[in-house]
Amino acid sequence: MMRYLLKRILIAIPVLIGITLLDYLIMSLAGSPLSMMQGPRVSQAAVEARAVELGLQQPFLVQYFTWLSQLLHGNWGYSIKTYRPVWEMITQNLPPTLLLMGVSMVLAFVIAIPVGIYSATHQYSKGDYTAVTLSFLGTSIPSFFLSLILVYVFTVRLGWLPSGGMSTLGTGGGFWDVLLHMIQPTIVLTASLAGSNIRYVRSSVLEILEKDYLRTATAKGIGRRRVIRRHAVRNALLPIITVIGMEIPMLIGGAVVVEQVFSWPGLGLLTMTSIMNRDYPVIMGVSLLAAVIVLLGNLLTDILYAVVDPTIQLK
Amino acid sequence: MTATAQKTKTHTDEPNRGYLHTVARRFLRHRLGVVSLYFVATLTLLALLAPLISPYDPNKLVGKFSAPPSLQFWLGTDQVGRDVLTRLLYATRISLLVGFASTAIATAIGVVLGLLSGYFGGWVDMVIMRFTDMVMSFPYILLVLVAAAIFQPGLWNIILILGFVDWPGVARLVRGNVLSLRETAFVQADRVAGMPTRHTLFSEILPNTVAPILVYATSVVALSILDEASLSFLGMGVQPPTASLGNMLNGAQSITILTTKPWLWVPPGLVIILLVLCINFIGDALRDAVDPRNLR
Repeated sequence: MMRYLLKRILIAIPVLIGITLLDYLIMSLAGSPLSMMQGPRVSQAAVEARAVELGLQQPFLVQYFTWLSQLLHGNWGYSIKTYRPVWEMITQNLPPTLLLMGVSMVLAFVIAIPVGIYSATHQYSKGDYTAVTLSFLGTSIPSFFLSLILVYVFTVRLGWLPSGGMSTLGTGGGFWDVLLHMIQPTIVLTASLAGSNIRYVRSSVLEILEKDYLRTATAKGIGRRRVIRRHAVRNALLPIITVIGMEIPMLIGGAVVVEQVFSWPGLGLLTMTSIMNRDYPVIMGVSLLAAVIVLLGNLLTDILYAVVDPTIQLK
Repeated sequence: MTATAQKTKTHTDEPNRGYLHTVARRFLRHRLGVVSLYFVATLTLLALLAPLISPYDPNKLVGKFSAPPSLQFWLGTDQVGRDVLTRLLYATRISLLVGFASTAIATAIGVVLGLLSGYFGGWVDMVIMRFTDMVMSFPYILLVLVAAAIFQPGLWNIILILGFVDWPGVARLVRGNVLSLRETAFVQADRVAGMPTRHTLFSEILPNTVAPILVYATSVVALSILDEASLSFLGMGVQPPTASLGNMLNGAQSITILTTKPWLWVPPGLVIILLVLCINFIGDALRDAVDPRNLR
């Protein structure tokens, strides 16, 4: 087990370094972040002085390795725009995103597992068609459009829910306040996740239902309900674990759009503002963190999968 | 189990029917898929014939601004007085173009890398697969956003960017198929006969993986259309005055448009949903149709 873990981590490291290199390359292609600073009021000399200060006149690889060595010393750099440490900005914006992502993911599974099982065990029934159609609808509706509809209905027409932010301005934001603010972004994220999860669960259960050992179980006459619950579902849910790993990048991406629409103060919003400002140190930080989260998610999935499925050999 | 395999074999080997015929027959039984196919075809036709259908120019001011739907302007006019229906047709054109063009790029890259990776194995496989991991583990909307911000956002850039981030799925799919095909008798026979690698890869292995690639590509088309819409909605995609389904919805972020001018944001939203939904249904029908386990 330890060796397997170690090997997986060793494979993840070059991928991670590759990602940072790719990020840095893309950004260096983009030109100087100081182009945003230029204007009639800023003298050329001031721009150049700032460029030297930021080390922008150095070759690309030198800049990259400076950044990397600083990072290994625990220094994530400073925002070009706000002058705040990147690490501080990230740690401030991470919890709201994790909260939103975590709740949506759990909800998506809570909905998808029973619906998917029902759909598979009642294949080609009306309920099955409804579930499949709804799941396709969930994955096909653009998150920003669903957000607009929700805001229109619940905020504008009914006035039940706040349209954005994480808490009411001026208040510290108690549990209920945050909960109210969370409802709409959570619905949007859950809809698309649940949509794809339902189909994963459904096809997974369908595949298991064709297996010989299920026929044996049925032949023993323990009843359909018990066969499904004891023998089918347990085995069918195994592959679903891998879906979690696949969905983390999707969630981070989805969070960008949803956080933007609902001005949810998370990583997505930070990403958008730093992209708009060409605040490269912040973009680098966010991309790196996102990559780490994704790789950790994948690693966790593999381990979890190996733990629950004894037939998998840890090589 | 063996009985099933036997049955599948005899079924696909039916002499006069042909594989394509079987696939088409199975596809036609998927009612939602067929309806979707008609819908997408009609929409594509309308979008392509937009200049003939609409009497207006999509980027010219033709009437009062923000006029509600009327006989003259079926879906009203936008904030500066352009005809919404005309813009909607042109925007659909853009969406379809982005969807198909970026999928074509992604599929081409994915097929080549997947073939190389699967067939040669060894360090080629190692390098390509690590690179695939890299692109895959990157939350790709982030990559797209960064890239879009950096290389002037615009139609062709969006197509290229989406094409360059959507290929890992295809590459993995192709690689997996090649790995299993590499050991089959007909590929081994090729090797024994001393056929050039190029022939084995493109004339023997590739045709046998076309079906799953096609099914996967359908979902990439749907995804690309969604991504383009999100990007344009955020202002990072297709830039005005060119109409795209996403940037037509951009205005709806303002509360007055959202509440008082539904004709500006409901139609483009509905077109995106229907388009993506139908493409997904077509993909689903196609998956059923080419699935060898599907005996009926």
